Amino acid sequence: MKIIVAGDGKVGAALTRQLTAEGHDLTVVDVKNHVLEASIENYDVMAVQGNCASMGVLRQAGAQEADLLVAVTNADEVNLLCCATAHYINPQIHTIARIRTPDYAEQGYAMRDMFALSLAVNPERRAATEIERLLKYPGFLKRDTFAKGRAEIVELRVDPGSKLTNIPLRELNDIVKCRVLVCAVLRNGKAVAPAGNFVLREGDRLFVTAPTDDLATLLKNLGIITRRVGRVIVCGGGRISYYLAHRLLKSGIRVQIIEQDRERCVSLASLLPDASVICGDARDQVLLDSEGIDTCDALVTLTGLDELNILLSIYAQDRGVPQVITKVGRSETLSFHDRLPLGSVVCPKDLCSSVIVRYVRAMQNQTGAAVAVHSIADGQLEALEFHVDETTMHCGEPLRAIPLRENVLVACISHGTKIEIPNGDSSFEKGDALIVVTTEEAAPRQLNDIFA
Amino acid sequence: MNYKMMGRFVAQMLAVEAVFLLPPILIAAIEGDVPTLYAFLFGLVVALVLMGMLFVLCKGAKSGFYAKEGFTCVGVGWVVLSLVGCLPFWISGQIPRFIDAFFEIVSGFTTTGASILPEVESLPHAILYWRSFSHWLGGMGVLVFLLAIMPGSGFMLHLMRAESPGPNVGKLVPKMRQTAGILYLMYILLTVLDILFLLLGRMPLFDAVCTAFGTAGTGGFGIHNDSIAGYSPYLQNVCTVFMLLFGVNFSCYYLLLLRQFRSVFRDEELRLYFGVYFVSVGLIVWNLRGFYATLGETVRHAAFQVATILTTTGYATTDFDLWPSFSKAILLFLMIVGACAGSTGGGIKCVRVMLLFKSLRRNVRKVMRPKQVQVVRTNGQTVAEEILDNTNAYLVAYVAILIVSFILISRDGLSTGTNVSAVLACFNNIGPGLEQVGPTCNYAMYSDISKLVLIIDMLAGRLEIFPILALFSRTTWTRR
Repeated sequence: MKIIVAGDGKVGAALTRQLTAEGHDLTVVDVKNHVLEASIENYDVMAVQGNCASMGVLRQAGAQEADLLVAVTNADEVNLLCCATAHYINPQIHTIARIRTPDYAEQGYAMRDMFALSLAVNPERRAATEIERLLKYPGFLKRDTFAKGRAEIVELRVDPGSKLTNIPLRELNDIVKCRVLVCAVLRNGKAVAPAGNFVLREGDRLFVTAPTDDLATLLKNLGIITRRVGRVIVCGGGRISYYLAHRLLKSGIRVQIIEQDRERCVSLASLLPDASVICGDARDQVLLDSEGIDTCDALVTLTGLDELNILLSIYAQDRGVPQVITKVGRSETLSFHDRLPLGSVVCPKDLCSSVIVRYVRAMQNQTGAAVAVHSIADGQLEALEFHVDETTMHCGEPLRAIPLRENVLVACISHGTKIEIPNGDSSFEKGDALIVVTTEEAAPRQLNDIFA
Repeated sequence: MNYKMMGRFVAQMLAVEAVFLLPPILIAAIEGDVPTLYAFLFGLVVALVLMGMLFVLCKGAKSGFYAKEGFTCVGVGWVVLSLVGCLPFWISGQIPRFIDAFFEIVSGFTTTGASILPEVESLPHAILYWRSFSHWLGGMGVLVFLLAIMPGSGFMLHLMRAESPGPNVGKLVPKMRQTAGILYLMYILLTVLDILFLLLGRMPLFDAVCTAFGTAGTGGFGIHNDSIAGYSPYLQNVCTVFMLLFGVNFSCYYLLLLRQFRSVFRDEELRLYFGVYFVSVGLIVWNLRGFYATLGETVRHAAFQVATILTTTGYATTDFDLWPSFSKAILLFLMIVGACAGSTGGGIKCVRVMLLFKSLRRNVRKVMRPKQVQVVRTNGQTVAEEILDNTNAYLVAYVAILIVSFILISRDGLSTGTNVSAVLACFNNIGPGLEQVGPTCNYAMYSDISKLVLIIDMLAGRLEIFPILALFSRTTWTRR
């Protein structure tokens, strides 16, 4: 597909990387020449320099024939104008705009009509949703949702003293008393596809497929306390903090926001009357202690500085905060973050680009193409969701009889509303959804590619 | 340095060369010319063995290919390509000395057309074909060809930048592979068109193909001792027109295909190119009055010679070394200007000349009004200061190489005019110079060292200096 990416910032670059890898024709537009220069050197794209909301620049970028425009500049207004202008040039074009100002959050639907948007993405709100999901089930480092939210692949760490230490995998289902499937184990930075006699060790990270409804059981039986989160400290008072606090307060969780800038504190306090907004420096240990870091249930670091977030999370882990969530702006160093005690890591940029990439995949609408692709285990594995349709081979056959490609695992089958963790006797029918885990390099894009 | 990845690219370049060694083998086989056949088969075997060795040695290359790798890879690749490509000349005994064979093939691949052969008509057809074909392949570039046919991602902007002429190499479409494919498609179409026009003028097929290869690559190896002079005026005019066409930036043709006629006709570089051409032809016609029998003949020769020098082709229909000094001076000036960026021609390139004069005008104005803020614009777009800086640096490197080469080859004791024009003709990828290297002469009398200097000049001129300079830079070969 011909895609124009307007705005070559962090999200723009992440999109460029993913979409070129999927074989689309990309044109990147930005006002700054040096960022474009970096893009054309690193990716197979064309660059147009100029204001993306101007008609001339959009024409130069080929908006007349483009299938999709993604406006991800740092100004919402420019993004909206860009989409409206592109739609004027080419009424057939699909447009996606990033809208992040909370002031516009309420008028999302109206704006979609006004500016002819196909999709509006709010990375901060999405990040807040993601953090809220993580806070709901403490113990999972990461959650990836499939099959309309009915199944998940969750990441667990075997902590010191865990029930799982020195347990072979085949006994896992007896311990957790529900059916789950370990699709990968990350040990010493390498992903392993485990067999039944694989013995878990301290420090291993497990990627477990489970029905969403069983997650609570899973946690309870693993001995991870599912104490309800009652009080959360949020460091930094940016947009994510606002969205997060708003949601948490609604569900009755107490929130303390620590923000340095007094004016921002005042506006947060007026927006969130139920939160306690503290004006101070989160680096100040005395301040954190006096805010009760020792007794809080979770700490979320959301300042604008990755370095500060990382330091604060390490400190919080050190002080024994049960759940720590770290926001990082740059995902390039994620593999290195995994070696630090940061708790869960959330990257708004990646969340945003994955939403857009999912939209692009849906647009392509090929039969049998993956509807969702999640990268797990530091990107060493990919989890893909496929829909079974009439073109799919091996319908109704038991899994043990189906020849699968090497390094491919059917992790979950969703029959309508029923989620099945498959064994050798399981089979799939037309209309089912399959979740497949595979090593990244051989990642199939078509369902029929998973068969040998 | 990612040596393994570089090795793989060089191996792929050799694979391309091996494939293109097949037609001359076929020609030699059809003619039953056994020594030539063996020479080409030897070249093919060497290319295949080297390729196989490189592929084996460079297994498991990591990704990570940056500007430094790109530039070095192009420089090394072209040298290896030429070393293998000269083997048929040398082994067949048609060019007995290795340095001469190397000079000849470098002259071919760099589309220079400077020869060390006093006489070409007695050469076997396979050799003549390979000589002319090297122009065609070198004209658009071997790596660009690779980028066009290589399956998979094959994304290497650095390679294309290092191999394509011009200060600001861009893509026509988002995908590198498609861009390279479009360039080669237009190149092939124009070449075929040229062959058809030549055939219409009753040129024999072999002559037409070889002449078209030389024209397309703006090379200039003729298959007759008198170059194009022996052909009819119609054929000479066809050559004039096609030389000019191949000196045009290929992105202009793409814009024409997209029916964006206005932006093509308003292109400042194109206007300068044709402006320089017609003014030069006019001046030379005026200067040559009375030199030829009729005005028509004068115009035909002037038009041909100006085209051949401006586009850096190097064919000839007349011995322009006999022309008056004023005309020769204009030709020397045209040697330096060269064709358009993004074409197959050499020289400084029209767009660089334009940018240099525009920034000169700006600096003169700056002396008068120091506080005035000025930007250099072409085609209504502001030119980035970085490009201007690069253009200035390019000119400095250009002049420095000219001077050093001139001094080095002057040791041979030939006349100053010969040496100056020899360096200019090689460095700008033209071929024939003036006096003892004029259109009726050749480069055989230079010593081996001078030939080596001229070989480096030709490569530097074709690859726009920096990839070749990079080979001599210490930072290239040290670890990061």
